[in-house]
Amino acid sequence: MLYDVAVIGGGPAGLSAAVNLRARGKTVLVISNPPEDNPLWKAERVDNHLGLPALTGQEMMDTFRSHAAAAGTEFMEGKVLNAAQYGDMWYLGVGMEMVEASAVILAAGVARGRKFPGEEEFLGRGVSYCATCDGMLYRERPVAVLGYSDSARREADFLREIGCQVTYFHRPRTYEIRGGQTVTSVVCDGEELSVDGVFVLRPTVAPTELFPGLAVEKGYVLVDRQMQTNLPGLFAAGDCTGAPLQVSKAVGEGLVAGQSAAKWLDAHK
Amino acid sequence: MVKHFKTAEFDAAVDAAPLALVDFWADWCGPCRMLAPLVDQLAGDYEGKVLVGKVNVDQEPELARRFGVMSIPTVVVLKNGQEVDRLVGVRPAPAFKAALDKHL
Repeated sequence: MLYDVAVIGGGPAGLSAAVNLRARGKTVLVISNPPEDNPLWKAERVDNHLGLPALTGQEMMDTFRSHAAAAGTEFMEGKVLNAAQYGDMWYLGVGMEMVEASAVILAAGVARGRKFPGEEEFLGRGVSYCATCDGMLYRERPVAVLGYSDSARREADFLREIGCQVTYFHRPRTYEIRGGQTVTSVVCDGEELSVDGVFVLRPTVAPTELFPGLAVEKGYVLVDRQMQTNLPGLFAAGDCTGAPLQVSKAVGEGLVAGQSAAKWLDAHK
Repeated sequence: MVKHFKTAEFDAAVDAAPLALVDFWADWCGPCRMLAPLVDQLAGDYEGKVLVGKVNVDQEPELARRFGVMSIPTVVVLKNGQEVDRLVGVRPAPAFKAALDKHL
């Protein structure tokens, strides 16, 4: 799949970027979790977005999404787990799919949740962030799924279907991954379980994990007035660039990012 | 040219190579497909110096087990058949080049 621009995140910033890219004739794919997993979806009432007072978060999301869809935006449901720029193309890994794009707009919101002991140490040696990628390597074996995202239960079901012996932990407050050469057990909220693999499933990947070398400050992506990051062809907008974490700010930044990406494409293609 | 290894021929091929790069992958793995064009490019750039090959973990589960591959893509660098480096996941292009240049 080849697009002018891939947008990571289907909230106000990402959808606003998509609308502005479509207005400039660019092909756009928005990759996101299901809309009902978006934090805005759960907002009871938003009163400070100009011209659209007293809407629920869900009503706002529906309005924004329909607008972007009517403009010709394409959508893909999934989580971007890997990103790399080879040559002048960006490659994004989304579960079993791969997306190619000339430019990328990061609008994935705020990555919540910190890493726990053993997670980094055993990454690739029993710790995985991708059920569809690595599940087959754990068939017939005991694994733990630590579910922090709304779609985690579905991914746990997928692992069961392909024959993994799954124990599901719903948002454990603490955990520790233990092992030698590879993972041998996980301790979740004090309960130890022998496993060969641990799938840690969060709603979004931290920007610096996804884009090695990305400049950040206090956890927020550094951008200039054009919403350009320090990496070529990568723009960012919305909550991931910092406070205020509000809809109007996200929509405005999305507009700038979309227009900047379009300009960047015209100069580079 | 990227070589597609079968278990039976694997040892002889990598033992005979002063330096080999092996990409463990599967066709249901998105990140593996991201890496594919880069692996092709490495095969061209290091032609005559490095044996660049791929192992499909579905078709050659024995090799995947032997190398303890628990996450794909995993790229293993072998010097005369001995593992000297391992890169797990999608990494920037310079990381793969550095891993090869270090052992050339």
